[in-house]
Amino acid sequence: MQKIKPFDHLILILGTLFLCVPVLMALMSSTHTAVDIHSNGLFITPGSNGYATYEKVLTHRGGFTGDVTGLLMLKNSLIMGFGFAIGKIVLSMMAAYALVYFRFRFATVLFWMIFATLLLPLEVRIMPSYQVMSQLHLLNSYTGLIVPLLASATGTFFFRQFFKSVPDELLEAARIDGAGPWKFFIDVLVPLSKTMMAAIFIIMFIYGWNQYLWPLLMTTDESFYTLMRGIKSILQVWVGSQIPDYNEAFALAVLAMVPPVAVVVIFQRMFIKGLTESDK
Amino acid sequence: MAELTLNAVGKTYSGGVKAVSGVDIQISDGEFIVLVGPSGCGKSTLLRMVAGLETVTDGEIHIGSRLVNQLDPAERDIAMVFQNYALYPHMTVRDNMAYGLKNRRTPKAEIETRVAEAARMLELGQYLDRKPRALSGGQRQRVAMGRAIVRQPAAFLFDEPLSNLDAKLRVSMRMEIRKLQQRLGTTSLYVTHDQLEAMTLADRLVVLNGGRVEQIGAPLEVYRKPASTFVAAFIGSPAMSLLDATVEGGRLMLEGHVLAEVDHKAGPVTLGLRAEDLRLVARGGVPMRVEYIEELGAHRVVHGMVGDQSLAVVDQGAEAPGDLIHIAADPARLHLFDAATGQRIDVRSRVGEFAR
Ligand SMILES: Nc1ncnc2c1ncn2[C@@H]1O[C@H](COP(=O)(O)OP(=O)(O)OP(=O)(O)O)[C@@H](O)[C@H]1O
Ligand SMILES: [Mg+2]
Repeated sequence: MQKIKPFDHLILILGTLFLCVPVLMALMSSTHTAVDIHSNGLFITPGSNGYATYEKVLTHRGGFTGDVTGLLMLKNSLIMGFGFAIGKIVLSMMAAYALVYFRFRFATVLFWMIFATLLLPLEVRIMPSYQVMSQLHLLNSYTGLIVPLLASATGTFFFRQFFKSVPDELLEAARIDGAGPWKFFIDVLVPLSKTMMAAIFIIMFIYGWNQYLWPLLMTTDESFYTLMRGIKSILQVWVGSQIPDYNEAFALAVLAMVPPVAVVVIFQRMFIKGLTESDK
Repeated sequence: MAELTLNAVGKTYSGGVKAVSGVDIQISDGEFIVLVGPSGCGKSTLLRMVAGLETVTDGEIHIGSRLVNQLDPAERDIAMVFQNYALYPHMTVRDNMAYGLKNRRTPKAEIETRVAEAARMLELGQYLDRKPRALSGGQRQRVAMGRAIVRQPAAFLFDEPLSNLDAKLRVSMRMEIRKLQQRLGTTSLYVTHDQLEAMTLADRLVVLNGGRVEQIGAPLEVYRKPASTFVAAFIGSPAMSLLDATVEGGRLMLEGHVLAEVDHKAGPVTLGLRAEDLRLVARGGVPMRVEYIEELGAHRVVHGMVGDQSLAVVDQGAEAPGDLIHIAADPARLHLFDAATGQRIDVRSRVGEFAR
């Protein structure tokens, strides 16, 4: 057996605390009242105001129109997350399939052009994208929120590398077995890509979930508010002697954490299963 | 089931590599043909052209009465077994075998009976619901065979199907493949670089060299009458020894010793001697200095030097490295090849003993 080294453990414990305590603080503080937090700072012990806070956050109608509830924001965020993850996977798999398996001119050049867009952050093209969407009258719509950001160089790159690692004999066996391009894609490549899809799903879901700037530009209608914007708007009310609703902000932050964590946990299991199951 | 005809078939890869050229083979229904040759001689290329995985740049390929040059692999009515098996990793053994039939819209009941029949023949019954990953190499091999069998194709194509197995399994799988093929009577084209596999499996061998056919014939015919030094050196184990010799006045001379009388014009020739055709004699014969000995149990292969040329002899004796031994051979078992072209020289009469 390996000797236990106390010092190593100390470092690990400190690291764990460093990562976990803020999350715990957010969770605990969200169960106290705003006044409590304002006068006493953050808490690491549970308070008694938890139920009331969460209920208010989820169902209280706020915003200028008085229609925005936490549940609505949660729904919008989920639509963003799933829309991004699913859309990006479908699109980038198909792009990668074309790039790897079809012989067309300039495929390599095309790929590198797609790849080069990785170097450009979203912000670079946010103005032209906005203009296009507004001319298409897609402002204030889920289509407008999701579609312009679906093309994914990262996804295409990962799927391309994965498809390239699939042995050619599999394609040849499928061709002899009478599977056309579409059948080969659906019957062979998609099931083989499960692991890859799980990994990309995690990344892309969180990417969509965390979108802030794009929804801020694209939507003026409050019914498209996402959780990220909700948190921000609670903290914005710092005017005069009014105390911001810290507890509500914390509660929203905690709520905002739950779905990504769930996605990671669920898909990680698939991901690990896929890794250990994969054939040589 | 069908015959297979290759007519002046050639392949030039883009970039100008000429991998196969001018191959003519007539394969009759139910025949087992083995393509054999060293690495890079174009065996796989030729097979893949028959399969339709590689375009045919020259000549014509017929399966049955159909010209298949332009047909898709799926339309050629062939099944292929790959070196790495190429099983679909995410499908069970059953689905692997059924996939080709499903795509051809074979009725469900028919698929089931065929898969069951193949599984019974290959003794795969208990593995039908496993994934390939949970099978041993030999079992995967059999699944790959099963996938070919259920299709009941006109021809089987095998590309080195046994080379990933260990030596013992290879021998038993070899027998299984042969028995299965005889039972099904399906025309088969089999690629290997292992001459032993080729000898044991084939009805006829096709020896390829640099993309050209060097010789076609039954295994024993190829063994007994190799058409060239290339075939002579390739077929048979230990390899045939090839030595420089000369013909002087109707007599074959090796390192100054008269071997036999031959009916051939004077000049240099290449002499081929099989280790198992040579024997030791007490005196006379050709002196050979023993270099090292391969002990094989049943017999031993003695490697040595005649002058400065190496030679191998199969023997039961007890000589040791450094000994000087004398060897002789039946003149009917000598092989002569043209020294320049390497082509076989058929000498009409060879009388007189190698050593007297
Ligand atoms: N796609 C290709 N493009 C260009 N040249 C190729 C291609 N595939 C094979 N070749 C060349 O064609 C020749 C024959 O290749 P092939 O794969 O048929 O050899 P092989 O006899 O099957 O050898 P091995 O026993 O090693 O499998 C080789 O010289 C190889 O380099
Ligand atoms: Mg090969």
